[in-house]
Amino acid sequence: MPEITLATILAGTVVVALNAYVVLAGADFGGGVWDLLATGPRSGKQRDLVAHAIGPVWEANHVWLILAIVLLFTCFPAGFAELAITLHIPLFLMLVGIVLRGSAFSFRSYDREHDVRQEYWGRIFAVASVVTPVLLGVAVGTVAAGRVGVPRSGDFATDFLRPWLTPFAWSIGLYTLLLFAFLAAVYLTLETDDSALQEDFRARALVSGVLLFVAALVTLGLSGSAPLIRTGLLAVPGAVPLHLTTGIAAVTALVSLWKRRYRLARAAAIVQVSAILWGWALAQYPYLLPPHLSIGDAAAPAVTLRLTLGALVVGAGVLIPSLVYLFRIFKR
Amino acid sequence: MSDLLAARSQMAISLAFHILFAVVGIGMPCLMVAAEWRWSRTGDPVYLELAKRWAKGTAILFAVGAVSGTVLSFELGLLWPEFMRFAGPIIGMPFSLEGFAFFTEAIFLGIYLYGWGRISRRAHLLAGLLVALSGMLSGIFVVTANAWMNAPAGFTVVDGKPTGIDPIAGMLNSAALEQTLHMTLAAYAATGFAVAAIHAWFLRRAPESGFHRRAFAIGLLVAAPAAILQPLSGDLSARYLARHQPVKLAAAEALFETRTHAPLTLGGWPDREARTTRFAIEIPSGLSLLAYHDPAAEVKGLDTVPPSDWPNVPLVHLSFQAMVGLGTYLALVSLWVVWLALRRRDPVGHPWLLRAVIVGGPCGMLAIEAGWMLTELGRQPWTIYGVLRTAEAVTPMPGLIYPFLAITLLYCLLGVVVAWLLYSQIVTNPPATAEYA
Ligand code: HDD
Ligand code: HEM
Repeated sequence: MPEITLATILAGTVVVALNAYVVLAGADFGGGVWDLLATGPRSGKQRDLVAHAIGPVWEANHVWLILAIVLLFTCFPAGFAELAITLHIPLFLMLVGIVLRGSAFSFRSYDREHDVRQEYWGRIFAVASVVTPVLLGVAVGTVAAGRVGVPRSGDFATDFLRPWLTPFAWSIGLYTLLLFAFLAAVYLTLETDDSALQEDFRARALVSGVLLFVAALVTLGLSGSAPLIRTGLLAVPGAVPLHLTTGIAAVTALVSLWKRRYRLARAAAIVQVSAILWGWALAQYPYLLPPHLSIGDAAAPAVTLRLTLGALVVGAGVLIPSLVYLFRIFKR
Repeated sequence: MSDLLAARSQMAISLAFHILFAVVGIGMPCLMVAAEWRWSRTGDPVYLELAKRWAKGTAILFAVGAVSGTVLSFELGLLWPEFMRFAGPIIGMPFSLEGFAFFTEAIFLGIYLYGWGRISRRAHLLAGLLVALSGMLSGIFVVTANAWMNAPAGFTVVDGKPTGIDPIAGMLNSAALEQTLHMTLAAYAATGFAVAAIHAWFLRRAPESGFHRRAFAIGLLVAAPAAILQPLSGDLSARYLARHQPVKLAAAEALFETRTHAPLTLGGWPDREARTTRFAIEIPSGLSLLAYHDPAAEVKGLDTVPPSDWPNVPLVHLSFQAMVGLGTYLALVSLWVVWLALRRRDPVGHPWLLRAVIVGGPCGMLAIEAGWMLTELGRQPWTIYGVLRTAEAVTPMPGLIYPFLAITLLYCLLGVVVAWLLYSQIVTNPPATAEYA
């Protein structure tokens, strides 16, 4: 288990924020994937269900990303600076995706109903929902592969392109997309009383869940370029139980989908995705940017860390009841 | 275009775009809550419709505000990584607190927009209040961070690195009070005037419309007090500048030489080379009087620093003049409204007042843009005043003109779409009160 220091605790809170982002906002992006792939006689209904499910919550879900960024630059400024320099291009493209996704979604919701323009907005929303998670995954994959934090050579391609133009990084990108699509499909089974729609999303959840297994194997195969992660995934104490959890949760999710026990499937999917994320975080330990920058070296002075932690505790006291209230009103 | 210039321009576009939506995010919840509160008090369905309509427009603006704000959070690193490496630990506090304000804002906005009929009336009104409160707080926190860039505090520099960091002292920097006060007032003045102007436009055709009358009144109720206080708060800011950022004030006033009995320079075009301002009206001792409340006081001029450290004097001067001109206009119109209200006259009966308010509609937003140009351009060549130069803060990434062009194009398109959507909602959907009765 990692050593408990102030810096590791705050690094942990960054992962908590990312975890919440993936579990909540990830599904909002996944919804966009299913909007894009809506087919059959119920395609209109499928799209409406997605819009209905995302509407009240996506802005709140989105703030988790901002929290992660803010925590990163407050508590690990050196890490943030390196990430922002090396990953300038994919992060910028991701931002364009975020802007298009969010604004197209609200344009569609608030434009006059059922005309051609609404369909355009819907398309933009859906395509941006596909592109954005891939780029997020590419950024994560590049970090995991140890390509961020390398001293700069002065050559443009070496410094700003090659680090993230790797098969491994893109396989993580696709993996992230699948993960989000899977989560969304699982959640959507619980968003409707219409059993035909429920069946549509059950089928989608099953297919994407199985594809997720395949993608995991491919990623592992390519992880030769991230040796640190590969050893980390197995060597760090505490890692193996985490992988077991992932595996059990994944199987539980698929089996309960099969048996139409959707609530259980949703819980299992959340556990599965969270365990994957923590598995990655643990495998990186003690590095923020493996193998160049450790959490301790990247950390801001202790005063900053202490104050931020204090702010987080107080903030959580306000945030958690508010979130519970939000989801109690709109989610089952 | 050099990479540095491209980065600065990208930051300027992104901020100038975001601030429009952020201001609406601070001001509109206030108006919506006022309308809904009137409804709960009087049972008058027109107020309810007003709240619902405003909420609809606000939802679009809010989404664009949220995504453009996200762009900014990333851009702080994408464009200015060395700034964030330096400043993150010192001013992370207000940003973290802002993060929580965003959360409560987004959560209760979701409840407000989608919760009609799902929660009790009182809970709904409370949700609106929380949106208004957290909107105001997010503005205050982020402006505090900006104030720190103007008045760095809470650290000492050793070998180019900050040590002895004290984030609380950074937050309580000496510019924070003036700037947050001025910005918060600006948000209410600008939103209130924009809304009042839209409804004044319709009132010219339909002076009896209860819908537009109520909307006009609420808009002015929020805008007028803020607009009247704004010049006073601006005076505080200017006096702060005289003491702590004399170069910015000198550029704003185009004061090339340090002198006593410094004049107030109105209008004109500053000439860097000749060190004079052409075509300007000068009010003798005016600046000394305003900055120190003493006609004989000495005011520092641009000559206190080498010309290479001057900001862009014409632009800063122009921005300042524009803001003060617009601000004076809004304050005068507001005083007129107050005067009519005190004498219990119906403002809608005065066609010239309606026209004045319509003209005032865009003025608040323009003043805000001008004010920020003054603050940010006037701080150049420093990102952290006196500590870190903009050229040292920028990313090593080349080719920054491409993201700059991309963001500019994207925001131009979004701006057009948003304007068009709002227009079509307002114009092609005339209020049908019966629907909500
Ligand atoms: C509705 C908007 C509005 C109006 C009517 C005014 N201002 Fe303003 N002003 C702003 C909106 C604004 C702003 C955009 O909000 C700024 C930019 C940074 C800040 O804190 O506020 C600002 C900055 C700003 C600054 C620079 C502060 C700094 O750099 O630290 C000064 C000196 C003034 N203002 C002075 C005035 C005066 C004398 C006004 C008299 C009419 C005035 N402002 C009206
Ligand atoms: C560097 C400067 C800035 C950054 C990094 C920034 C960041 C952000 C972010 C990330 C959001 C989205 C929050 C959400 O998802 O709800 C946001 C929204 C907002 N920002 Fe900014 N912001 C900046 C400047 C400003 C300024 C100058 C103001 C106001 C005075 C302001 C006020 C707001 C408000 C009120 C919102 C709420 C959403 C809305 O109303 O559109 N921001 N900002």
